[in-house]
Amino acid sequence: MLSSVNFIALKSILHKEVHRFMRIWVQTLVPPAITISLYFVIFGSLIGSRIGEMAGFDYMSFIVPGLIMMSVITNSYSNVASSFFSAKWQRNVEEMLVAPVPNWVIVAGYVGGGMTRGILVGLIVTLISLLFVDIQIHNIWVIILTVCLTSATFALGGLINAVFAGSFDDISIIPTFVLTPLTYLGGVFYSISMLPDFWQGVSQINPIVYMVNAFRYGFLGISDVSLTVAFSVLGVFIVTLFAIAMTLISKGIGLRS
Amino acid sequence: MRKALEISNLKKVYKGGFEALKGIDLTVEEGDFFALLGPNGAGKSTTIGVITSLVNKTSGTVKVFDENIDTDLEAAKTYLGLVPQEFNFNQFESLTKILVNQAGYYGVNRATAHQRAEKYLKQLELWDKRNEAGRMLSGGMKRRLMIARALMHEPKVLILDEPTAGVDIELRRSMWDFLRELNQQGITIILTTHYLEEAEMLCRNIAIIDKGTIVKNTDMKSLLATLTVETFVLDIDPVDGNQTSLELGDYVNRLVDNHTLEVDVEKTQTINAVFSQLSSLGINVNSMRNKSNRLEELFVSLIENNQNTTGGQ
Repeated sequence: MLSSVNFIALKSILHKEVHRFMRIWVQTLVPPAITISLYFVIFGSLIGSRIGEMAGFDYMSFIVPGLIMMSVITNSYSNVASSFFSAKWQRNVEEMLVAPVPNWVIVAGYVGGGMTRGILVGLIVTLISLLFVDIQIHNIWVIILTVCLTSATFALGGLINAVFAGSFDDISIIPTFVLTPLTYLGGVFYSISMLPDFWQGVSQINPIVYMVNAFRYGFLGISDVSLTVAFSVLGVFIVTLFAIAMTLISKGIGLRS
Repeated sequence: MRKALEISNLKKVYKGGFEALKGIDLTVEEGDFFALLGPNGAGKSTTIGVITSLVNKTSGTVKVFDENIDTDLEAAKTYLGLVPQEFNFNQFESLTKILVNQAGYYGVNRATAHQRAEKYLKQLELWDKRNEAGRMLSGGMKRRLMIARALMHEPKVLILDEPTAGVDIELRRSMWDFLRELNQQGITIILTTHYLEEAEMLCRNIAIIDKGTIVKNTDMKSLLATLTVETFVLDIDPVDGNQTSLELGDYVNRLVDNHTLEVDVEKTQTINAVFSQLSSLGINVNSMRNKSNRLEELFVSLIENNQNTTGGQ
């Protein structure tokens, strides 16, 4: 139940988290803006102009939703992974553990912080993309729902990563060896319908395919997958990851002796 | 009088089989100033960890103002304020933010939290540093910051795990005054420390823990009354350097050097007689002090007895 006490605690964690990434904005907000700008210049303007159309849209317009989603995914994940692990490492996570903060409030606070950074970076990237292409919006509600659910999913993933992490190296392993390949193979730069049947089938088990395509549908009205399936996949991921995060924090894995 | 803390048969076995607590029982009354003493690795921090839910217990019960941590953990937590041994605040946050956020975790709204932060930062002489990051503080300031943080939700029980470790004597004394003041306001204080003078000066009741077992749990006066021999160090006029002791009747004594004499005075003896004996030998006493703090002597003897009983395991 969200009592006033829990609401204040939730606001405090959220405030702390947002203040953290805003304080170090040069490390948290600027790099993704530069990286995505380079993607726009190289893949969109330079190479994209030679590729021509994809699914009936010029290549730049096609990849913009995927690039925005890529930045949302990366930043939601890394914000929580790095912030929660840092709190564990400095032991200031104990400030919350000794207080009467329910575990779900801790999870919600950190996930909310990760979502805020992911969505803020997504907005910055969207603004930058306006320099390169005119963005059209097919369905704003699909865009909002997809970005919220995706950022929540990866913020939860980052939290679970941080709970298990024993060193700063451990919070870069998943982004490097799992998230990056899945994102690049998740239909950001191409339509999976272009792939041979076998690889189309393989792509179906990549959850990022559903997120990128639902998001692209919101902008362009096209998708390689059904929206119902895409939102169902997101729903299943959120429920499962939330349950795992709650179990880990309740048992005090990596937090309590 | 209500029981601020009630621990029954508390056991903690860490992974790997180390038995940190072997079924301890402990009660702290409301309003008490209580010392939990023991050598390094005795189980003090584990006990505090279990009370504050930072350590999962193996078995036993812990109640804080009748709230069982197994069934009413969140209610129990609202009573407790913890000053841990290690610095565990965010080193990159400002002092004000550290305090206001901590209050928020207890449901204190930001306006009230800012007022309390100002109050405690001023009381603990940290107000000038309020906008600086935690890492910029000296060791003593960091200790005071953690005390301020523990008070932000106005707890009824304040647990301090070696709060004056590494703090200079002047600052330590001002912290003692501050803690006394808090206790007089009705806050129950549980203190662990390696400075036994600190425990003797501040605490009314005491428990000594060693190897996961409570070896003594009593009030300070009764404990000090059990001291049978006190050793005094006397600075005397120089005597013949070849002597190892002086002829002082029944008083066991040792010459540390030609002008320093240690004298053991039993409870049944008086220090006046020592002065008379020295006077009759024509030796003047220039100054005198206890060889060690009274509680320290008892502490060492209790720990040695326990080690002899348990075979030093």
